[in-house]
Amino acid sequence: MDTDGGNQRGEILLEVKNLKVHFPVKEGLFSRAKKYCKAVDGIDLQVKAGETFGLVGESGCGKSTLGKAICRLLNPTEGEIRFDGRDVGRLGRAAMRPLRRDLQIIFQDPVESLDARHTVREILEEPFIIQKMGNTVFREKKVRKLLDKVGLAATAADRYPFEFSGGQRQRIGIARAIALEPKLIVCDEPVSALDVSVQSQILNLLMDLQKEMGVSYLFIAHDLAVVKVISDRIGVMYLGKMVEQADADTLFSNPMHEYTKALISAIPIVSPGQKRERTILKGDVPSPIDPPPGCAFARRSPISVSEEVASCPSEYKEVEPGHWVEVHPATVRDYDALEGL
Amino acid sequence: MLEDKLLLSVKDLVTAFDTDAGRVTAVDGVSFDLQEGKTLGVVGESGCGKSVTAMSIMQLLPRPMGQIIGGSIHFNGEDLVMASEERMGSIRGKEIGVIFQEPMTALNPVHRIGQQLSESLLLHEGLSKKEAWSRSIEILKLVGIPSPEVRVSEYPHQLSGGMRQRVVIAIALACRPSLVIADEPTTALDVTVQAQILELIQSLQEEMGLSVMMITHDLGVIAETCDDVVVMYAGRVAEKGNTQQIFENPQHLYTLGLLNSIPKLGTPRKQRLNTIDGYVPGLDEMPVGARFAPRSQHPRVAEYLASEDFKTVKPGLVEVEPGHWVEDCAYVRAF
Repeated sequence: MDTDGGNQRGEILLEVKNLKVHFPVKEGLFSRAKKYCKAVDGIDLQVKAGETFGLVGESGCGKSTLGKAICRLLNPTEGEIRFDGRDVGRLGRAAMRPLRRDLQIIFQDPVESLDARHTVREILEEPFIIQKMGNTVFREKKVRKLLDKVGLAATAADRYPFEFSGGQRQRIGIARAIALEPKLIVCDEPVSALDVSVQSQILNLLMDLQKEMGVSYLFIAHDLAVVKVISDRIGVMYLGKMVEQADADTLFSNPMHEYTKALISAIPIVSPGQKRERTILKGDVPSPIDPPPGCAFARRSPISVSEEVASCPSEYKEVEPGHWVEVHPATVRDYDALEGL
Repeated sequence: MLEDKLLLSVKDLVTAFDTDAGRVTAVDGVSFDLQEGKTLGVVGESGCGKSVTAMSIMQLLPRPMGQIIGGSIHFNGEDLVMASEERMGSIRGKEIGVIFQEPMTALNPVHRIGQQLSESLLLHEGLSKKEAWSRSIEILKLVGIPSPEVRVSEYPHQLSGGMRQRVVIAIALACRPSLVIADEPTTALDVTVQAQILELIQSLQEEMGLSVMMITHDLGVIAETCDDVVVMYAGRVAEKGNTQQIFENPQHLYTLGLLNSIPKLGTPRKQRLNTIDGYVPGLDEMPVGARFAPRSQHPRVAEYLASEDFKTVKPGLVEVEPGHWVEDCAYVRAF
């Protein structure tokens, strides 16, 4: 399957430890940064070979920043990113280049992520040229194969991105990402800009490619139903931190964090007359620039606690094998039982 | 309860755009009714003509390219297609409010929230600036904006996405319209905020006896908020009926395909999803016959596609049960 050794399914491919990405916030033109926007603030996660890790959360929770930092499109402030045994977090540009073969990304907006002045052939050839692989004949063969793999006609090669529909463009984005047969693809909201019928086609394509190539995905999305379909494990992010993590079935059958429960209950049910008990959260997500002290979620939680309790720090704990939860009086219903763990 | 009273009746609406490549028909003979106090959902994918239908009702089509070339739009008994620009000016914002998808572009970034809310009050209600300002604060309170006295003098960028959408709703409701057209009101929002906004629209509707035309691609939103549904495909109505009928007894292959292709929480993991094969035809290559037929899996659809019927006959709608209409063509009907 893989040319260079290969990874056994189930082996840890990506390990992120206490990752932080902070952006300086400048006030005024010449002043030095006094505050930091803590977009990603201490994340731990693991992705195993051949599996899909789903990452959900609302806008501004830092999920895209996390994905970009893992691909080193952003520099981490602190923490460790181990990919396939190597510490990606500290590699320079040149040292990263060979690694990019194994680590790819698919973006949300296929219009903006494809160069409008390049034909599809040029877009798909580029990775091979950068990696100095093969000659023209080899590349032409690859382009055809890639187009076929993602369900596009061979004639697509000579056309420009704007000539395609949104779904077809996303197929081109996927073809580009799988060109070098990577081990991990970070999928950053790959279907959110697509129509529902096209969305299911793209999800199927991603699942088929995983079966065929054994590639792992870090699948970032805000739509829980979509994430559930494609993921083996799911992590829920809130304001730069992971608040719950479990295998996909457990997360839905036994969500423990109030935020996870609220997210699940907010999904509209596609069946009229059937109403779910809905948890409506108070207010908005606080700013990551000056996050409130203690538990970031406490002031929005349906479990009311005093300001004093809310300011107490929370703990991220494994409450049952493989099921991690941010434990705090305001985040879980049976705090007393979990606190002692 | 209110007696069923027809508020909006769209009949055989045809809206076309003149482009460099010739005239294209974006809406091709669409009809539906909206009763007072009810919510009508218009659902379909990008390019199906749902937003153009809304723009036609408001007479906000880009001029001179876009124009209504057939049909009627009766609002409270008056045909809006025939109404003068001046008359439309007094209907828009006063009797019909609009909620747009993207609150950041719907709001003017350089005007205070209060100014934007006051605008229609000054224009339609003849209030003084001071009265309009204090009415603005009342309306902001109504749509659930905390400390409205402060927010009223802020600018859009100072508000979160959910807050901005509440302001857009406040503007739409400022003059107490009888109809609100909501064009993808929650698409740009997060799920938890979407839940808040839908809840708000529903409670305001009950309070004010509003009728709502809800345009969306999200069947979940339709199922939760609408009384009746129009499913549009490629500029035409594929199927329409009450929400129960559409979701429990879908008759058109497109409706069925849409319902089957969305992942639901109960969908088993890591299993291929149902899809609708093929793609929507381009506006310049629309067939006269049933437009969904090229994507149909009907065993004898090839015959139909090759037939003279497909090239020349536009199927009408047939009533399959009281109030439930579907495109009258066996090849695109559920089988």
